[in-house]
Amino acid sequence: MTVDISLEVNGSRVQGSVEPRLLLADFLRDELGLTGTHVGCEHGVCGACTIQLDGEPVRSCLMFAVQARGHRVETVEGLAPSPEELHPLQQAFHEHHALQCGFCTPGILMTMEALLRVTPAPTPEQVRTALSGNLCRCTGYQNIVTAVLETARRLERDGSPVEQASAP
Amino acid sequence: MIPLVELVPDVEPPTEVMGIGTSAPRLEDRPLVQGRGCFVGDFKRPGMLHAAIIRSPYAHARITGIEVSAAMALEGVHDVVVGADLPSDTLIPMRQFRVPGAELFLQSPMARDVVRYSGEPVAVVIADSRYIAEDAAELVEIDFEELPVVLDAEVALAADAPRLHQGTPSNVAGDMVIGHGDVDQAFASADLVLEEVLRIQRHAAVPLETRGLVAEFDEAEGSLTVWGAAKIPHVNKGILARLLGWEERRIRLVELHVGGGFGARGEFYPEDYLIPFCAMRCKRPIAWIEDRDENLRAMNHSREQIHHVSVAVRADGKFLGLKDELICDTGGYIRTHGMTVPAMAAAMMPGPYEWPAYHCHVQSVVTNKTPAGTYRSPGRYEANFVRERLLDMVAHRLGIDPVELRRRNLLAEDVFPYDAGTTYDGHDVIFDSGKYELLLDKSIECFDVDAMRRWRDEPVQGPLRRGVGMAFFVEKAGPAVKEYARVEVGATGEVVVFSGTASVGQGVETVLAQVCASHLGIPYERISVKHGDTAVIPEGMGAFGSRAAMLGGAAVMLAARDVREHVLKLASDELEAAPEDLKLAAGGVVVRGSESKRVAWSRLVELNGGTFKEEGRYSCEFLGYPYGVHFAAVEVDTETGGIEIKKYAVGYDVGRCINPMLIRGQITGGAAQGIGGALYEEFAFDPNGQPLAASFMDYLLPTVQEVPKIDILVTEDAPCPLNPLGVKGAGEGGTAAVGAALANAVSDALGVEVTALPLSPERIAQLIGGNQ
Repeated sequence: MTVDISLEVNGSRVQGSVEPRLLLADFLRDELGLTGTHVGCEHGVCGACTIQLDGEPVRSCLMFAVQARGHRVETVEGLAPSPEELHPLQQAFHEHHALQCGFCTPGILMTMEALLRVTPAPTPEQVRTALSGNLCRCTGYQNIVTAVLETARRLERDGSPVEQASAP
Repeated sequence: MIPLVELVPDVEPPTEVMGIGTSAPRLEDRPLVQGRGCFVGDFKRPGMLHAAIIRSPYAHARITGIEVSAAMALEGVHDVVVGADLPSDTLIPMRQFRVPGAELFLQSPMARDVVRYSGEPVAVVIADSRYIAEDAAELVEIDFEELPVVLDAEVALAADAPRLHQGTPSNVAGDMVIGHGDVDQAFASADLVLEEVLRIQRHAAVPLETRGLVAEFDEAEGSLTVWGAAKIPHVNKGILARLLGWEERRIRLVELHVGGGFGARGEFYPEDYLIPFCAMRCKRPIAWIEDRDENLRAMNHSREQIHHVSVAVRADGKFLGLKDELICDTGGYIRTHGMTVPAMAAAMMPGPYEWPAYHCHVQSVVTNKTPAGTYRSPGRYEANFVRERLLDMVAHRLGIDPVELRRRNLLAEDVFPYDAGTTYDGHDVIFDSGKYELLLDKSIECFDVDAMRRWRDEPVQGPLRRGVGMAFFVEKAGPAVKEYARVEVGATGEVVVFSGTASVGQGVETVLAQVCASHLGIPYERISVKHGDTAVIPEGMGAFGSRAAMLGGAAVMLAARDVREHVLKLASDELEAAPEDLKLAAGGVVVRGSESKRVAWSRLVELNGGTFKEEGRYSCEFLGYPYGVHFAAVEVDTETGGIEIKKYAVGYDVGRCINPMLIRGQITGGAAQGIGGALYEEFAFDPNGQPLAASFMDYLLPTVQEVPKIDILVTEDAPCPLNPLGVKGAGEGGTAAVGAALANAVSDALGVEVTALPLSPERIAQLIGGNQ
């Protein structure tokens, strides 16, 4: 048995016919080829599969694809304004060595982008609290916190619109 | 003793080419931050099927029957493979530290008769999708007859303990003795002898990406390709060829993006045979992506050791002798590492101090738990905990300051190269270079240890207790003797480095590009680094033991210098200018100072008769020994048992930095893992051998809330004399002494001697209870 679904993914209308049990993470990865969303634990702890649903960070391994019907989904592939450019967060992660293996990075980027939209000038504690649902085994987190704070500073200074970059 | 080599100077200033010594941003990052990486779970082949592995739910049991017909009848199922389908003599060999007798404890890729840990493969289901494969796995009926379990290595040593492997004289898979000097005499002449039992709990690497493989058999060619290789692709190609009875040239292993290794990923596991075997049987590409439950039960565990240790010292704190009975719980089988981990603990136990006498008896013991292997700073994390904890106990008993006690025994600068009097896998342990006391002094000043102690001594109210601890240690770097590189420059001036090393996410591409930049004379961002495809790279030893920068870097340097020499010779003739007046640039070779005089790369390649192409091979039988010191300040809540790390600091001498930013990243990330091992992570089992930590709800990786800012001092006071770059490898020093330093800090806070890790709230409660 399959169910027809229609949703918006990274600004484009997407249709699919899926088994009700198909996880949203697997739908994005296997049906749409958006493999930037990674699956690290399949039980909602590690945060690697974090996407945004109607602008809110959610675990795509804890949702069925059918639950996303009619909703707006953003994945890491939609973060940068174009393939040639990087989103300010991506740029700061690169400059501050905020990633090593990069497996957890897409989920962290999606979580932090949502944080900066709601809290444009976060304190280090606010960054740490927002980041505490994402596991990273390589970096020890310090450079991630630094990169997020630096992004906030740059956006405040340059007035670069995070909202537009992430939600085309 | 050891062959000493000269440092080779760079050909261009580091800042001009972002070469050795600069914090060059990583070449690896762009696809990874864009979500355009290709990890093995992202990789697909036409007609690809999916595997689910059925694993033993019992820790020790006999398989009395397997019924697969219901599973086979499910639509979308292609095959169900069981142990009896495999050639009966297939055993995964040791690739390191083999000891006689250990071969009796090797693991078959799939259990045939007896399972020896919960998580051992029993059957593989192949289906159109992973969803269907898991449905079918539920339909496979397996009858088990439970056998008595042994979960404690010391119990397993008893003569009447249940025997795990038939035909073996005991549960001891490996037994060895190392040491030097007259230990009995040392203990007889001591003013103080301490005897302790110290324990390190079972925990593991747990990279965030689980393991996975895609295997494809080309029947017409008679060849096999496996994507998802890591760490040691060439070594594993050889192992797979031997197990299949094939020529190596018929097998290709390909590394994709790798989501963390830390010693555990990339070893040859049962699945590295099973999935190719199934692909050949089904004649279809097959993907297997481990889930987290499997990962926590099947990937190598590590660290679980018991040390019955005693130390003999003089009243003035001078060390006389050290004795250790080391028992390593290696789980159900001996895997690829053989005796590597406990032998490394024994070899490095003396640490940075002078010991007139040392004796260590090592036993590697099988139990009904997941087999064990290496995890970042293998053997050293354990040995550093044991030795440095013991030294603090000595300091407390003698009334000597812990820093001062160590200072009185640190090896002096003039003893290097220093024979530590131990051996590892047939090689003498010879510390190449070191200025230990200098690092101690610099670290104490840099981290303001006096202020840490003043903070500790401030009066505090309520349930909080403050403590400061330290640990000094020697690391090791650069195993596996040799490495390969090839540097090519083509007609467009594109530079490609081919390296036999591997990426586990550590930044090896950037680092090798920087080495090439410094010795070829071209900016690092114009250089791309290829690795991990055995069809493209003829040989290689991979990435482990902090070796890639040392041996891989030296090999790149040799190849880059040869390319440069050839390029400059041709350009010199063409431009009628001396080679030393020339400079390599994007468009070609130019004359320094008058850069309009140039010869294009296309012309140079034409003159050369083709792409410039030089190979470099670097060999070194001996290891480098970086060294460091950790300081920790903690606050222990005696009501909750919680520990807050108020300050954590690492001083580390790496010989020479290739990329300071990346080294600091390695130290910070390594320290975070060390904190996990010291405070949170533990593979516990119930009395039947059922794992109690098979999800991230129970196996607690540190989050950002548990990892404080790590203060770091990286020094270059003792360049490595074993390689022309002077580098020692920097991957493991952040982890090496965290258990030791935090245990010492907690002991200081509570006034009770910690003897076991992890420092969980339960343990803290026990420690406080025992003190009342």
